Amino acid sequence: MKVSILQFPGTNCEYDTQYAFEKLGAQTEIVWHKTTSIPQNTDLLVVAGGFSYGDYLRSGAIAKFSPIMAAVQEYASKGGKILGICNGFQVLTEVGLLPGALKRNEGLHFISKYHHLKVENNNNIFLKELNNNDIVNIPIAHHDGNYYINEDGLANLEKHEQILLRYTDKNGTIKNPNGSVASIAGVCNKERNVFGLMPHPERAMEAILGSDDGIKMLQGFLVS
Amino acid sequence: MKAIVNVFLKAGVLDSQGKAVHHALDSLGFNSVEDVRIGKQIVLQLDETNREKAMTDATKMCEELLANTVIEDYTIELV
Repeated sequence: MKVSILQFPGTNCEYDTQYAFEKLGAQTEIVWHKTTSIPQNTDLLVVAGGFSYGDYLRSGAIAKFSPIMAAVQEYASKGGKILGICNGFQVLTEVGLLPGALKRNEGLHFISKYHHLKVENNNNIFLKELNNNDIVNIPIAHHDGNYYINEDGLANLEKHEQILLRYTDKNGTIKNPNGSVASIAGVCNKERNVFGLMPHPERAMEAILGSDDGIKMLQGFLVS
Repeated sequence: MKAIVNVFLKAGVLDSQGKAVHHALDSLGFNSVEDVRIGKQIVLQLDETNREKAMTDATKMCEELLANTVIEDYTIELV
């Protein structure tokens, strides 16, 4: 199992992501954005979190034009699996691989804390190790995590079971930290090979550090 | 020629910053303010004398990079 992790100037979660997947037994490679191809035999491509290009203009907007992105588009179109975490999610919406957009948090503050999430749809490779309505406790750390999609788009997400996770309290009751439409924390594309979420499962890998709920999430990609 | 690009959240997309500033203006006693929208202005210095061409170029720049048309609208003014 080979996990390739994209790195832009300003990315800062690539080593956490590497640690997380290596802990689960995967082989990993960090891929600098100036590369123009995805490493051979990549089973999963991760667009890691951070602040690509300093979030200038809009989060993820400039990363869209990095040399590697043409290869990312091609990889996705051939059914390759892609996971975007936090800034990676923002990048994937900017390039149009995922629907919607991420706006400034409703309360305008940067939010950094643990948050409960409810599994909404587990009929995909990412969340298949969890059950629908399971609750996980995962850190969030973002300024622009306010997911927006228009009404038609939301209806489409619901219809095609593309909503992965919603922000809730520990009992599964909706609790929305950032103003996201329908309290959405993560979505996938219709083909179910591109996934994006604002919370950081790669930061929840050790119970001694607060939570290891990220293991159950990331493991989905490694278990066939 | 200069192209002045203004980018704002679409009508109907909640502008949290505008709302916060509106609230602050209200507490300062400026009660006549009905709505506040916050956006950004991008000023492009263009090496171009043909207005039509400048407009086409600037529009393309907005569509491809300067605005995210999922949530934002833009206006272009040539001066």
